[in-house]
Amino acid sequence: MTSTQNKHLVLHSLRAWSIARRYLITNGFDGALTMLGMVTGFHASGMTELPVAISACLGAAVALFISGLSSAYLSEKAERENELRELEQALVLDLTESDYGRASRYLPMLVALANGLSPLLLSMLILLPLFFAEQLQALPSPPFINAIFVALICIFSLGVFLGKISKTFWLWSGLRTLIIAILTMVIILFFGRSL
Amino acid sequence: MTKIRRLVLDVLKPHEPNALDFASALAELGADYRITLTVIEVDKKTESTMVTIEGTDIHFDNIKAAIEKMGASVHSLDEVEVYGTELT
Repeated sequence: MTSTQNKHLVLHSLRAWSIARRYLITNGFDGALTMLGMVTGFHASGMTELPVAISACLGAAVALFISGLSSAYLSEKAERENELRELEQALVLDLTESDYGRASRYLPMLVALANGLSPLLLSMLILLPLFFAEQLQALPSPPFINAIFVALICIFSLGVFLGKISKTFWLWSGLRTLIIAILTMVIILFFGRSL
Repeated sequence: MTKIRRLVLDVLKPHEPNALDFASALAELGADYRITLTVIEVDKKTESTMVTIEGTDIHFDNIKAAIEKMGASVHSLDEVEVYGTELT
């Protein structure tokens, strides 16, 4: 009985994973592009105060985390509750204690975590060259350029991941997201220089 | 004392778990349970099914609890086969 119960919960989890994967990419892309935009903006404005830049970027990363966590939880919970209510009406049954009921309670949390953590972790990864600016002094490029480089790698990787999911050519999919990132940078640099 | 050898239930279930998973879950409840599940009607969100359970000692309460756990409900008990284990 226990293995059967687990199997059904795993089935529900697998369904949630496809939703979480979508959120993971959407909000991960949001987070990476936001950090790329901020770092590019700091570089364009000639910012030299690294602690100020790090604080601003961390603030944005935390805001993205909270926003991702709460928005996904609220929307997913509402969707699940609606789905459960419709199924209850069709079956004329209270499903609170069934696998459906349990899934509708814990899966929104799982999806919310994926949606919240993806921009936070990607932001942290992009900010690593700023955190370790002193240790990376041997590198010929300044910390902001290093961070931009990491951001571009992250965005390209997200594109590759998308390509793997959709079973299309991974390089083309990666290049597509990279073009979006470069276009964003060009716009920011254009406005940064004209201000 | 009596034991249940065969049960035919009218069960209304959601589309998930599918018929195979649903029947397998019920079969796991007893070492010698044999399950036959026939889908009678398919609606937008539900399926009406006829579930036949055969075994030497079927525990109806466990079957009913497992069915409800999977989000389905027993509409009616359509057929039973019970036998006595002691002569009086």
